[in-house]
Amino acid sequence: MKKKTSKEFINNAVTYLLVIAAFLIVNTMKEAGMLTRSLTGQLIPICAYIVMAISLNLVVGISGELSLGHAGFMSVGAFTGAVVTASMAAAIPDPTVRMIMAMIIGGIAAGIMGVIVGVPVLRLQGDYLAIVTLAFGEIIRNVINCLYVSMDEGRLFISFNDPSLPGKLLINGPQGALGISKISTFVMGFALIIFTLIVVLNLMNSRNGRAMMALRDNRIAAESVGIGVTKYKLMAFVTASVLAGMAGVLYAMNYSTITAGKFKFDTSILVLVFVVLGGIGNIRGSIIAAAILTILPELLRSFNDYRMLVYAIVLILVMLATNNEHLKQWGSAFKRRLFSRHKAMKGGAEE
Amino acid sequence: MSFLSNLINGISLGSVYAIIALGYTMVYGIAKMLNFAHGDVIMIGAYISFCVTQYMGLPAWVSVLAAMLVCTLLGITIESLAYKPLRNAPSLAVLITAIGMSYFLQNVALLIWGSNPKSFTSVIDADPIRLFDGQLIISDVALVTVAACILIMIGLTWFTGKTKMGRAMRAVSEDKGAAQLMGVNVNLTISVTFAIGSALAAIAGVLLCSAYPTLMPTTGSMPGIKAFTAAVFGGIGSIPGALLGGILLGIIEIFGKTYISTELGDAIVFAILILLLLVKPTGLLGKKVREKV
Repeated sequence: MKKKTSKEFINNAVTYLLVIAAFLIVNTMKEAGMLTRSLTGQLIPICAYIVMAISLNLVVGISGELSLGHAGFMSVGAFTGAVVTASMAAAIPDPTVRMIMAMIIGGIAAGIMGVIVGVPVLRLQGDYLAIVTLAFGEIIRNVINCLYVSMDEGRLFISFNDPSLPGKLLINGPQGALGISKISTFVMGFALIIFTLIVVLNLMNSRNGRAMMALRDNRIAAESVGIGVTKYKLMAFVTASVLAGMAGVLYAMNYSTITAGKFKFDTSILVLVFVVLGGIGNIRGSIIAAAILTILPELLRSFNDYRMLVYAIVLILVMLATNNEHLKQWGSAFKRRLFSRHKAMKGGAEE
Repeated sequence: MSFLSNLINGISLGSVYAIIALGYTMVYGIAKMLNFAHGDVIMIGAYISFCVTQYMGLPAWVSVLAAMLVCTLLGITIESLAYKPLRNAPSLAVLITAIGMSYFLQNVALLIWGSNPKSFTSVIDADPIRLFDGQLIISDVALVTVAACILIMIGLTWFTGKTKMGRAMRAVSEDKGAAQLMGVNVNLTISVTFAIGSALAAIAGVLLCSAYPTLMPTTGSMPGIKAFTAAVFGGIGSIPGALLGGILLGIIEIFGKTYISTELGDAIVFAILILLLLVKPTGLLGKKVREKV
């Protein structure tokens, strides 16, 4: 037991160190002007996607529920954040504090949405849960497309399907949130990743996290020893929603306008791809996959029009390769040989 | 009268959804996978039909046959290249591969036909039927769509019930391992299922674009998602369920758009799906499978 704990500790430490090291390197390169402009522009979205991937991994990997509407929570966070930062611009002039406030409120809004969706929906299982989360993501997108929010002399006006509001429009229906002050920074993105890691990794290694994994592995057995399904599934789902909302705030504050179309079904799928390619239940894998796959289309720029085609082919080939029986056998044989040599060396030293 | 004409529009749109949903539901029933590339097969079918009529100048029925042929081959190829190697892989891996396939098809279409929308000319060229002194107009496309849907349903019911291959399909969907032990060629059965599903997708694509004539590489994705919703609505894996779900969904969508809000039409469809699943978690006609410990 003790050995396992120390293994977990090392594993988590490696993840933290990896993120911190990557941040330091990238930040130094950025300061030195070694990154191209398009790559610099990608830094904050990468951070947001990493947070999205980690939080979705909590739902898909740890809690074992397939969610296809994760981008919905991101958009709730993004639009809440846009309204909060605009309405607090006068009260809190410091952008960092304003950003933190926006993240907290955006996270809470997404979390409330997570409870509303989660309580009824988590009674469903498997593919039905997937379709309902998908449906939910589409509903949010549709509703935001009809939403108008304006601000006049410190008061907020909200209407549905009716753009004639007093004052300055903050959210303008299908055109999305306008005039966002771009206050996201790469450092904030990094801080959010670390915060997400602390939340998710501690949750995973806690009593609650073990209960979630027990439910994932065998629901009936877990229930029979007194683990409540709804409580733990909901805990994972809502935590993930809050984190996704915060990622949404980070993402939105990087652009001057943002539309609900940014968070459609494709975005949910994109994040799911990060989780699956990084390894289901593997947090470090999610981080790496999210970072690489967000840059990949940029790196494939030399292919021009063929860029997304190559992306699709890479995706299919990776899935085929990682699930290939022969490759798997070969891989485990290789691992075994490495391991046995290691052991032999150790044995030799003892003798 | 407007109520009746909306109802007819709804049934017609629903019939298209039902034909697409049949493809989803059959593949799900047999291979237990959500084939996300199905919506894009629809789009390819519509493009093939478009090319045959526009560039080759051949009659409409030839273009439908050509679209069916190409989509059937496409379906079989996709299955054997991308899904067959993953038969024993976790379902999420198959799902991601299907999504990759969907991106692939969309981008191939983008490269071949470009991103500009093409305006699809209807393959059906007949006069609409006018009833009640021209107050109620039933378009030719709506009639043909509903008729095609009914014919396909009858055909499929006969096929799965009476033919040897149909029985093999039902056996495989019930228990793959046992079917194999009884001498059913599982791989062939799955290939045939994909072939039928893709041929139906081609028909659906042509009918869809005859009614809504904008053709783009992303044309198939939203109807694909809606049809998937329809399949779940009716109970995924059930063929009558796909028909019922598709038609109900079409009616709900048209009525929601007309009487409640145009922008919220899709949201209403999805909200009703969620409500239904909460009351009846396996869909309208889905079978409840008891879990054994």
